[in-house]
Amino acid sequence: MPGLGTTLGRGGATTFQQDLQHSDCILIMGSNMAENHPVGFQWVMEARERGAEVIHVDPRFTRTSAVATRHVKIRPGSDIAFLGGIVNYIITHERWFHDYVVNYTNAPVIIDPRFRDTDDLDGVFSGFDAKQEAYDLASWQYEDLDMTGSAGRRMGSTVSGGKLVTHELSPSEKAAVDRPLEHGEPPHVDFTLQHPRCVFQLLKRHYARYTPEMVEQICGSPKEHFLAVAEALCANSGRERTSAIAYAVGWTHHTEGAQFIRTAAMIQLLLGNIGRPGGGILALRGHASIQGSTDIPTLYELLPGYIPMPEEGMTDLATFLYETTAKGGFWGHMDAYMISLLKAWYGEHATAENDWCFGHLPRINGDHSIYPAMMGMFEGSVKGFFCVGENPAVGSANASLHRRAMANLDWLVVRDFFEIESAAFWYDSVEIETGVLRTANIKTEIFLLPAADHMQKDGSFTNTQRLLQWHHKAVEPKGDARSELWFYYHLGKRIREKLRASSDPKNRAINELTWNYPELGALEEPDAHAVLREINGWGPDGKALDAYTKLKPDGSTACGCWIYCGVFKDEQNQAARRKPGHEQSWVAPDWGWAWPANRRQLYNRASADPDGNPWSERKRYVWWDAERKEWTGHDVPDFVKDKPPDYVPPDGAKAEKALDGRSPFIMQGDGKGWLFVPDGLVDGPLPTHYEPEESPVDNALYAQQSNPVRERWPSAINPYHPSGSATGADVFPYVMTSYRLAEHHTGGGMSRTLPHLAELQPEMFCEVSPALAAERELVHGTWATIVSARSAIEARVLVTDRVPDYEIQGRPVRVVGLPFHFGRRGIAVGDSANDLWSISADPNVHIQETKAATCDIIAGRRPRGPALSALVNDYRRRAGLPAEE
Amino acid sequence: MSGLYDETAAEREMATHTQQESRKGFFTDTTLCIGCKACEVACKEWNQLPADGYAFTGNSYDNTGELNGSTWRHVAFVEQLRSGALAAPAAPPPQSPAQSQSQSQSQGAPTGGHQVVHPDAGRWLMESDVCKHCTHAACLDVCPTGALVRTEFGTVVVQQDVCNGCGYCVPACPFGVIDKRDYDGHAGKCTLCYDRLQDGETPACAKACPTESIQYGDVEELRTRADARLAKLQREGQYTDASLYLRDTGDGIGGAGAFFLLLDKPEVYGLPPDPFDTTRDLGRLWRHAGYAALALVGVTALAALGTRR
Repeated sequence: MPGLGTTLGRGGATTFQQDLQHSDCILIMGSNMAENHPVGFQWVMEARERGAEVIHVDPRFTRTSAVATRHVKIRPGSDIAFLGGIVNYIITHERWFHDYVVNYTNAPVIIDPRFRDTDDLDGVFSGFDAKQEAYDLASWQYEDLDMTGSAGRRMGSTVSGGKLVTHELSPSEKAAVDRPLEHGEPPHVDFTLQHPRCVFQLLKRHYARYTPEMVEQICGSPKEHFLAVAEALCANSGRERTSAIAYAVGWTHHTEGAQFIRTAAMIQLLLGNIGRPGGGILALRGHASIQGSTDIPTLYELLPGYIPMPEEGMTDLATFLYETTAKGGFWGHMDAYMISLLKAWYGEHATAENDWCFGHLPRINGDHSIYPAMMGMFEGSVKGFFCVGENPAVGSANASLHRRAMANLDWLVVRDFFEIESAAFWYDSVEIETGVLRTANIKTEIFLLPAADHMQKDGSFTNTQRLLQWHHKAVEPKGDARSELWFYYHLGKRIREKLRASSDPKNRAINELTWNYPELGALEEPDAHAVLREINGWGPDGKALDAYTKLKPDGSTACGCWIYCGVFKDEQNQAARRKPGHEQSWVAPDWGWAWPANRRQLYNRASADPDGNPWSERKRYVWWDAERKEWTGHDVPDFVKDKPPDYVPPDGAKAEKALDGRSPFIMQGDGKGWLFVPDGLVDGPLPTHYEPEESPVDNALYAQQSNPVRERWPSAINPYHPSGSATGADVFPYVMTSYRLAEHHTGGGMSRTLPHLAELQPEMFCEVSPALAAERELVHGTWATIVSARSAIEARVLVTDRVPDYEIQGRPVRVVGLPFHFGRRGIAVGDSANDLWSISADPNVHIQETKAATCDIIAGRRPRGPALSALVNDYRRRAGLPAEE
Repeated sequence: MSGLYDETAAEREMATHTQQESRKGFFTDTTLCIGCKACEVACKEWNQLPADGYAFTGNSYDNTGELNGSTWRHVAFVEQLRSGALAAPAAPPPQSPAQSQSQSQSQGAPTGGHQVVHPDAGRWLMESDVCKHCTHAACLDVCPTGALVRTEFGTVVVQQDVCNGCGYCVPACPFGVIDKRDYDGHAGKCTLCYDRLQDGETPACAKACPTESIQYGDVEELRTRADARLAKLQREGQYTDASLYLRDTGDGIGGAGAFFLLLDKPEVYGLPPDPFDTTRDLGRLWRHAGYAALALVGVTALAALGTRR
């Protein structure tokens, strides 16, 4: 999310899958789109049939590679070296889109003189605090002007590497925070892009070492292949042509995943591909409605619509707003969004006098994401857990740790269709087998509650392209199965009933909530339409609002998620619209509803030149109609409709009025795409290649081996292998990577139990190259045991040329491929790949690194019972790691 | 290619069965297949067929193995990659800025004409197989109960309530498609979703296919489409190995209702290279047998006459 969010202003995919048909070149990287998004992949095929290049850069030759026009191999975890190489190629060969870059990005902005690059400091940026393993971001700012990251908070503190880092502002820094844009511009800019401290020059120097030769050394991708990719992107970008980039969790599951994605966004800005038809970045989500689950978040650090969760010390709303309101753009209305949210949640109880109940919101003081929460369970500080829509006993890194953590809870609620591994671990798990857990000693009270599926309830999915699609209930849920909405609503009602008589002020946060949806039918199912209507919000007259621009900071409007405002426009459920594609334009604005404002292509003002004319006829999309004095085109313009291209903000202008008529990135404080990110990312303003937590090689670029602020939880239950040339690293000589198959769904709870899917991929297997098979005497179709310091698992052996071998810095590197769906329950069973992984995470989004680590592989089945622990302990001893507890 | 049959006669014969509807079929274009197996799942879901078993085959990503009585769509996976070939370079030299500038400024019809899946790396072929609904269907000819019928859509369907499980159809099929099921003793194979067709719906597999690799429609129109597709691929230099399989009405089965665009020889996908209607010689055989019988009768009669004499 912040990879795109900090660079472009919003974390969502900039484009929509149907638009891929207009691409002249599509780069798919960090994604196996044909296997994991097969329905959307039809548009990639459409583009290919129209003559587009389809390039798949991936560690394996997959079903996506099979239909691409080119497959290029890449060592797992080395993507920034490859993408940084493309940045270098673009700059070296002067292939950047000059007019786009100068006008629409922050390339001309001059950065604080205190800034030092990784080249100066051998792998870290200025502001690095080695003791805290965190950055102070102050020196990354624009010179004399402090910019807030999109929906971020102002300078002074940052949660970095799981820690809250505070920084006392100097008087000049305070002045920079309070300083506005000058007629839409920062105070120091060089439109010739020559100033040594301007973003463009910093970028040029930073990536100068990412040469094709270096790419080959680090990624193992043949230089000629890398050059062909770089050239294809350049040749298919510009006024007449556009290229798109599609990625998925192959990029997010790394200790610097947000930076992988950001590098792609930078390439697209340099080539002028954002906001234009056939261009953009398609963030392919890993799960149904995962986009929705960050829009209306199940994340600890966000409120609906990407409003940041208040942090410790933000005692009142004024402080919060001062810290989070942007100088320009639509984040300048944080007050309207926040107060409308509080009105939706607390209704009549929220008044100006009581700060709109701002005090009822929780405060965060560090990383409270799922992995620290699991550590808390393991250590005993977290007592209860609702496990819904996930299966951590199979699907989470170091799955054994999760099972042991859940075995230490007082209570656990699992809501699912089947008795998944996360509900059955107390009598059926590897730990029971080895004796690490004993059923009699597990005190956890487990409530396994049957869940209704999507055909048994009304509701919406928000898909990969920010599109809300409504589904109607087809049948009543059977037996005790209930929807999530029913469960949480009635749970809330019962809790409120218990707290009703309480006068304890802390309970006001629950007692004063609006909690009054109509209940339908015999099951008393809350009306999902009423929930959607509250998300949309209403005005002073109680009528549904039609746009977020109508939200007010005076308490007269209520809105549950400001970016969804308009989804109930005209009192109609816009998400339930299903006008067939052949009855409307190819953009299909009357199918479902996309946030924001039903825009399908974000930042689409960039499809026109600074004067508002299309860059070319071929790529015409949204443009300025000078006669009617408004923006118009094939999509809803992502711009103030009547703001002319030559608009210059007057003194004192705020929010969107502070941005000029040329700046297309209306969620950014300065309206520009950020090639250099002064705020919003905790691990660097420019993406930098680091090795994964566990790598067979040293970082060829810097002394700093891995992301210096990555999140780690080193302990006897979560040990990390020695990396690179460190002693003991050779005990785990191979690279492992995990992935999904078309035939199964994530942790398998929704697919391994179904005969028609289970028969298609019935067992856990591993994919290895013939060379690796020969090296370890693995026999096709028989068993192999894959070992890490966390555990050992067994898998059937699939020897295939589709897994390439690599040569990295002169030595062979071989890869073990592991699908991660399998577990012990259901029909299609097998050991869980996630038992092998450690937990180390991206410091921005706290997502684990499960796409690249090291392992060993040996022929034959794994030992059973205590002998399994003995095997793992033997490896630990040889690698210099402590024995299992 | 000289046909074994007179095509027009074959089609005429077909037409006598299909007064109400035009002949329906599939054109499966393997250049568009992504191997997602949605067709296999949609087929089993719609036709309420059980899973065949849960065995890892090690045969690439194919774990269902073949078409049989309860698997009516089957996706074949053929790996044609050479060890280490993924490292072989296959890239054009980078262009100078001047060259590319002129290219990207030029009015932009798509370039087209590139090689799909560069050959140095090899390829991974995928093909969704199905009953061919032959013009001359041996299974239908040998069925003693009349359970196998030619429908008004020109398709070949087993009537489950009539099938007595004799299994004559199984060896008759030149493709090994139709099979007897263990669990109910009946023969089973693709019906081209006969029930869906009667309601004007598309067969489940074609409906589920996300990339239009499986195309359903009037056979005549599909043949035209297939010819155009092949011509385009050849013209643009994409998939120079492509050929149409069972599209030719002059082949051994008189052409198929379900035909294919393949990228390699049929046998690479497990398909017979030169299939023929296994009953095609029946008439001749019976004639010969008849002559033989007549001759025998004649000889006997002569002998009898001779004896009498």
